[in-house]
Amino acid sequence: MSGVDTLARQQGARQGYWRRLPLIDNPRVRWGLVLGGVVYLVLALASVEVNWARVAEGSGRALNFLGAFLQPDFVSRQNDIMAGLLESLTMTLTSTVIGVLLAIPVGLGAARNISPLPIYTVCRAIIAVSRTFQEIIIAILFVVMFGFGPFAGMLTLAFATIGFMAKLLAEDIEDLDWRQVEAVRATGASWWQTMNHAIQPQVMPRLIGLSMYRLDINFRESSVIGIVGAGGIGATLNTSLSRYEYGTSAAILLIIIAIVLMSEYASSYVRRWTQ
Amino acid sequence: MPVSTTPQGAPLWQRRTTRAQWLQYAAWLLGISLFLLCWKVISDNTMWVFVEDAGRQGSDLISRMMPPRWEYASVLWKPMWDTLNIATLGTVLGIAMAFPVAFLAARNTTPHPLVRSLALTVIVSSRSINSLIWAMLLVTILGPGVLAGIIAIALRSIGFVGKLLYEAIEEIHPTPVEAISATGASRLQVMNYGVLPQVMPAFAGISVYRWDINIRESTVLGLVGAGGIGLQLNASINSLAWNQVSVIFVMIFATVLVSEWVSARVRHAII
Amino acid sequence: MLTLTGVGKRYPTGDRALTDIELSLPKGQVMALIGPSGAGKSTLIRCVNRLVEPTQGSIRLEDAELTTLSGNRLRQARRSMGMIFQEYALVDRLTVMENVLSGQLGYVGFWRSFLRRYPQEAVAEAFRLLERVGLPHAIDKRADALSGGQRQRVGIARALLQSPKLLLVDEPTASLDPKTSRQIMRLIRELCAERELAAIINIHDVALAKQFADRIVGLRAGEIVFDGKPCELTSEILTTIYGEEDWDTSPESAESDDVQTVGDTFTSQPYAAHTQRPLASVASGGAL
Repeated sequence: MSGVDTLARQQGARQGYWRRLPLIDNPRVRWGLVLGGVVYLVLALASVEVNWARVAEGSGRALNFLGAFLQPDFVSRQNDIMAGLLESLTMTLTSTVIGVLLAIPVGLGAARNISPLPIYTVCRAIIAVSRTFQEIIIAILFVVMFGFGPFAGMLTLAFATIGFMAKLLAEDIEDLDWRQVEAVRATGASWWQTMNHAIQPQVMPRLIGLSMYRLDINFRESSVIGIVGAGGIGATLNTSLSRYEYGTSAAILLIIIAIVLMSEYASSYVRRWTQ
Repeated sequence: MPVSTTPQGAPLWQRRTTRAQWLQYAAWLLGISLFLLCWKVISDNTMWVFVEDAGRQGSDLISRMMPPRWEYASVLWKPMWDTLNIATLGTVLGIAMAFPVAFLAARNTTPHPLVRSLALTVIVSSRSINSLIWAMLLVTILGPGVLAGIIAIALRSIGFVGKLLYEAIEEIHPTPVEAISATGASRLQVMNYGVLPQVMPAFAGISVYRWDINIRESTVLGLVGAGGIGLQLNASINSLAWNQVSVIFVMIFATVLVSEWVSARVRHAII
Repeated sequence: MLTLTGVGKRYPTGDRALTDIELSLPKGQVMALIGPSGAGKSTLIRCVNRLVEPTQGSIRLEDAELTTLSGNRLRQARRSMGMIFQEYALVDRLTVMENVLSGQLGYVGFWRSFLRRYPQEAVAEAFRLLERVGLPHAIDKRADALSGGQRQRVGIARALLQSPKLLLVDEPTASLDPKTSRQIMRLIRELCAERELAAIINIHDVALAKQFADRIVGLRAGEIVFDGKPCELTSEILTTIYGEEDWDTSPESAESDDVQTVGDTFTSQPYAAHTQRPLASVASGGAL
């Protein structure tokens, strides 16, 4: 509390004048930040171009869409929905399994305390690339390479899973309890035995929890990568929206929400069970 | 229990009991067969000729991308600014909406269990639906443009911020809240004095974290017409201008790294 | 002034916390409530200001029935009962002054409290109270920067800023060292005398209760088993309250003196001189 005259403040408080000290001491910095914020906000809002005529026209459609949520149409495109859903679910499962399996070596390699520098650098680079680019961008590239369909989608999700899981796994390993590792090493255990007896038990519960969480994310993502042709329910949703079949779109969205809810419930159950 | 005796009378230690062992085998078997089944569905829907061709396609793609057309970058400043605005304004709007929702959803601050389940429904719906889907919906409603992107980001952020914030609210110390209620404070005053100071650091951290995520998400919203650099990406891909695509990728990569750094610094300063 | 008739509390789980409590507290009386953990002491005082809803009986504060109040009437009733907590229950991230001023929340509207624009006389009174408890220098400190004894003083100032008629005190010394405990008890005792406040003090430490209270009520399994003057509290009665134990051999006075010297080193903080000034005056003011 440098620069604040405590005695004067006590004197003021005795007379009944007291204000909370400002968060930032220096008034220049404080007002500078406020001014900067306001200027940015004005500039940003000014650069948002809104076609109000189009918005007014769209409001009718918005009402239609809200209405569709009250009467979702599960039936008329039943086969498309089922096919898309099946694709999404299979993509989700396979990509999570493959992604997690591949993430384990990458995660071990990206933990500074157990891997040598060259491997560490490579693994960190993989993680950075996988985390920076949205699934959908990866999907575009994979669709170009592997053709349309769920295979490209599965690879996309697996790739994204690697980045996600490996980063968290590496962080876990980096701050695990090192005394246990030393205790196992002291018994004369080999590298593999150390992994199995000292590191695996410490990171396993969280690994399972994270895998469940990632399964959930992958399902949600599988609903979008269909937009660029990588299979799944997203393609069905995209089609129904562009045809203004809001009943079907609403039905698909409700199904997605329901499945996410269920998987969340299931994963909380599994997490409790593994811990 | 896992210690049994062999026929010779020597004690035998197993990690699990026989029943647990069998259950575990069964679970593994079930999991593997499910995986194989899923794999089969995918492989049935795949044109393997294209997949075999992937290596050639990939190297072809890279060769077309490779000397990036750097002069294209000069066109990208305005879309980049739009992207930043979508992320920032969307985050601000989303936080503003998530804040009351979180208070209604937290068990210890909700006025009524019915309101709580309503707020939880809002959070779950918002979380389940990817911002790209929100953008797709909004583009059909509002027309293409930055506005649809901002609202899409905001709608998606409600669930994320709302969930983490209501969990933080449920974890606060109850005694200060009790003490403030005991002074005769009204409900809002209890929130303001007893709850808010306790969740403020978490709230700030969550908001900055979400802003970071939103920067990433807003880079692709243009693919469905919701403004930002994604529009240029879409145009370049459609015209097969892969050497422009690589420039855009570099831009995105740099932006995301910077935003991640900023967010980490700010969160570090808060906590 | 405060009258409890037939008060009972049964938790939804079916546990009976209180049974048929009859208690009447005249103005200015300091009453200590003793009893084993889980006897219902905390529940009893929380029933009075309705942090816990009593399931039976009536509680009257100066002719006002408390058990049926709701909304604004409940707020008004609560502000005339100051409460002091075991873990101090300060809001850590707010400043000491804000914590004390929160005692005014029952009197000011939301926006005033939100903008921290309290009436001038309230701020002046808050500062007077902080001076009284020995912490005028700490107004702009955050509550979590204070020691346990200092925090409890802030808690006391907050309760007094409500201009209460009654103090409800829940284990004020359970988290404090023996010396600070005595200082805090003495402070509460003295403030009650100054302002003619009645007080109910839940307390574990029988020796402190005997020394600082006018009256002792013993609670066991939700029922009152003793109600009388501190001097009437014999070993037999302690046995009925707490169960069998050899009460006479515990050399309470000698022990507490011992610990007190240890406590001195604990509490030697930079502001020790300030914190002890008002208390020293109490001590010289003679026995209470």
